[in-house]
Amino acid sequence: MSDPSAAGPRVVAIVPAYREEGAIGGVVRELRAFDPGLDVVVIDDGSPDDTAAVARAAGAAVVRLPFNLGIGGAVQTGFKYALEGGYDLAVRLDGDGQHDPTELPKLIAPVLAGEADIVVGSRFAEPGDAYRPPLARRLGIGLFARIVSLLVRQRVTDTTSGFQALNRKGIALFAADYPHDYPEVEATVMVVRHELRLLEVPVRMREREHGSSSITALRSAYYVVKVLLALFVGLFRRRVVPTEELT
Amino acid sequence: MTPLRVSIVASIASILLILVVLELIRSRRLRERYALLWLATGVVLLVLSAWRGALNTIAGWFGVTGYPPAVLFAVATLFILLVLLHYSTVLSRLVDQNAILAQRVALLEERLRASGLPPDEEE
Repeated sequence: MSDPSAAGPRVVAIVPAYREEGAIGGVVRELRAFDPGLDVVVIDDGSPDDTAAVARAAGAAVVRLPFNLGIGGAVQTGFKYALEGGYDLAVRLDGDGQHDPTELPKLIAPVLAGEADIVVGSRFAEPGDAYRPPLARRLGIGLFARIVSLLVRQRVTDTTSGFQALNRKGIALFAADYPHDYPEVEATVMVVRHELRLLEVPVRMREREHGSSSITALRSAYYVVKVLLALFVGLFRRRVVPTEELT
Repeated sequence: MTPLRVSIVASIASILLILVVLELIRSRRLRERYALLWLATGVVLLVLSAWRGALNTIAGWFGVTGYPPAVLFAVATLFILLVLLHYSTVLSRLVDQNAILAQRVALLEERLRASGLPPDEEE
């Protein structure tokens, strides 16, 4: 824990992890090497393997969920941790090592400068990037990017990125309400509907070090239908959290 | 042939079902995950109610010659069975998770008591 009287904002890195005992140690060590003053909290989403122990050994605070909540519930646990811990700024990275901590300043700087409430690292914001996901996935990501861009009246290129930085307003919103499974697309729309300022910055992402993406071919159909339904119904929804409460 | 009045009433009922499900999602009383099967039920029933030719054809396949709307009942029953079965699996998972939560809380309470800290009544 950093000293609350110390100058500068208190920053916490939220790392959701499920079955990442192979990668999580490296992720935590990298974060601590990037900034030793950074508090790192790993949300272990009920992993049956040694994810929690490995993360703790690497020096992170670990919140262990008693059973698997899915990525939405796990990430929201992190936002609640950040809110209750009184942090000024939270960054979120995936537990598989695909997000490079040395890219964090690009995400944090606009939040600290007061230019945005939430900054998302996009793999596609710059053309000609080396990152090329499989075709089906690219189509899905492109479809959602187009729909979300329409809904929020702002160009969004990567609606599935879990590489983000948020100020206190963003933390409070997501702690109060966060979508359950496959949350990022809906969350992007939620942010803008609550009149928080969203900014995308181009980042490089690495290939996954271990394991495979949590979105398999079989789940893709459910993913697309569920998110489309949620976006559609969300249009008719009032705000969850009144804007004035988001301080 | 399916009586026209049956088609109209069944279509209206299907549309009502779809609207009620959408409103339940909107007001956050139903999660998308558990609404999809209901929406599928509503859409299939709506198609079979409004598209009278299809209902008659399907009735023909199954040898229902006297009264084609019987197929509507059969399809509705099948979907309700699916929804119930799905909910039974969801319920079973919830029971398991509830037990895990109760055990965790009891163990934490004991650990707090043993370490001499008063249990936090708030939150």
